[in-house]
Amino acid sequence: MPYICHNKDDITQMLDDIGIKSIDDLFTNIPAEIRCDNLNIDSGKDEMQTSLYIKNIAAKNASNIKNFAGGGAYHHYIPSAVWQIASRGEFYTSYTPYQAECSQGTLQTIYEFQSMICALTAMDVSNASLYDGASATAEAVLMAKRINKKNKNSKKVLIPQALNPAYINVIKTTIQNQGFEIELLNYNEKTGTTISPQDNQADDVFALIIPQPNYFGNLEDIDNLTNWAHQNNIIVIAVVNPISLAILKPPAKWGESGADITTGEAQSLGVPLSSGGPYLGFLACKKEFIRQMPGRIVGQTTDEYGKIGYVLTLQAREQHIRRSKATSNICTNQGLMATAATIFLSLLGEDGMIKLAQQNWQQSHQLQQILQQNKYIKILWNAPFFNEFVIQIDDVITVDDLIKSVSNHNIVMGIKLENNYPNLKNCLLITATEMTTCDDMRILSDTINENIKTLC
Amino acid sequence: MVPTDLLYNKSHEWIQINDNDEATIGISHHAAELLGDIVFIELPSLDDEVKIEDDIAVIESVKTASDLYAPLSGKIIAVNQKLEDNPETINEDPYGEGWIMKIKINNKDEVDDLLKSAEYQASIEED
Repeated sequence: MPYICHNKDDITQMLDDIGIKSIDDLFTNIPAEIRCDNLNIDSGKDEMQTSLYIKNIAAKNASNIKNFAGGGAYHHYIPSAVWQIASRGEFYTSYTPYQAECSQGTLQTIYEFQSMICALTAMDVSNASLYDGASATAEAVLMAKRINKKNKNSKKVLIPQALNPAYINVIKTTIQNQGFEIELLNYNEKTGTTISPQDNQADDVFALIIPQPNYFGNLEDIDNLTNWAHQNNIIVIAVVNPISLAILKPPAKWGESGADITTGEAQSLGVPLSSGGPYLGFLACKKEFIRQMPGRIVGQTTDEYGKIGYVLTLQAREQHIRRSKATSNICTNQGLMATAATIFLSLLGEDGMIKLAQQNWQQSHQLQQILQQNKYIKILWNAPFFNEFVIQIDDVITVDDLIKSVSNHNIVMGIKLENNYPNLKNCLLITATEMTTCDDMRILSDTINENIKTLC
Repeated sequence: MVPTDLLYNKSHEWIQINDNDEATIGISHHAAELLGDIVFIELPSLDDEVKIEDDIAVIESVKTASDLYAPLSGKIIAVNQKLEDNPETINEDPYGEGWIMKIKINNKDEVDDLLKSAEYQASIEED
């Protein structure tokens, strides 16, 4: 195939063959309002002029932000070595390692990533990563449907309302045309944790998702939820924060027999926030389910001289071999981000991860104590939490006004919950990590006071 | 040559009709050769009701994963559990120890449509 761009005739013929009129018709699934038709850059500008124009726009971004927003994407310190190493050409430009004999470095890195995910989750096997936590969770739902042989004709997945709302939306998008349904489990308004389902809610259910910590930051009753699901022949999908696993019970140990599939977002492990992506999903499971796992898996083997080597394994499940009957249409992995996470975890080691998790716990609990003393703030629940919690702002001011006025002081206060949870009026999800200093916390509290006094 | 005492279908399953409307099902030597070394088999569950042409098992080799289609409608009454640990038995003895499952036939008319050994032999030679 020559490396020559398509000309108009080529394009017209390809469009005719698939029966559409224009290339734009391929993108009709993407809502018009989020498509970018016009970059608002004058034509005829050269590289230097364009570059200066963009830099001036970029300079309007705030820097040195005190960030108290989390909700699935967290502001953590990234050791300089992470991207220094990940940016090396050998990692940065390499892609799919189909040719094992010239991809040993890439394959070994993925193998290490899988091993570290297994160490954190205590699960038997991990895949080579997926796009992000939300899509990994949606893949886990489809996988649960495939492996649940006992409730064979079941159509429902039980999802706590206290799962990240973005994840619920991605799951909806993924399963809506496959004949499956979502049934939401309410949370207890006194504790901020999921209400235990009753046995009559198990009818027609193939999977239960258990987020730990949940979207509100609270710790769920994982053991009882896991046991309840298994007693009713329901597959358990754990959705976890990988940093919390350094100090919390790993999903493989939940209840009497452990979660069946574990997924989560690993952006916290060396990947910058960068406006929401690229992020890094992971998916691990019990060994008995490995053949129904989506995505790529790297295995260790020995060559004919007895030396260790790495290969893509169990590829017969995958799309390039099994075509329409593949376990998933995911046939790649989030290679560069998985590389960064692997370097991050290697640099911190087991002790470092435990200290990091403890710092996140300590800083967020200290933040809660400081905010508890603020007369305009109510700590909504007193459930155990990991690194974030919910506060309710006094109704002398709306959350929107407060977020806006505080942002003038370079503070991102948190995530407004009312849009997704109408009962949580004037509530914010608020987070602290190891990056949040005690000064930041006092500044936040003082700024809230000053702004409320000025505005009211 | 393929065994003459068995029936076949075009997707390379062999069928042995037993007493009491029961049938034993496996894959032909030719199919096992095409697949190469078999490394895993996903067997159906006992008591599953299957319709003719349903995909009822997955046979995975080093080259591919391939479906096994029900050659007859009926209920699964036995599966060869030994294959779970020793799937290579299918390569070694496809017509004997490598049998895959037994079903209780619920529509005997379907048996008439299966291929005789000579017809099956002719069909694989055409391929």
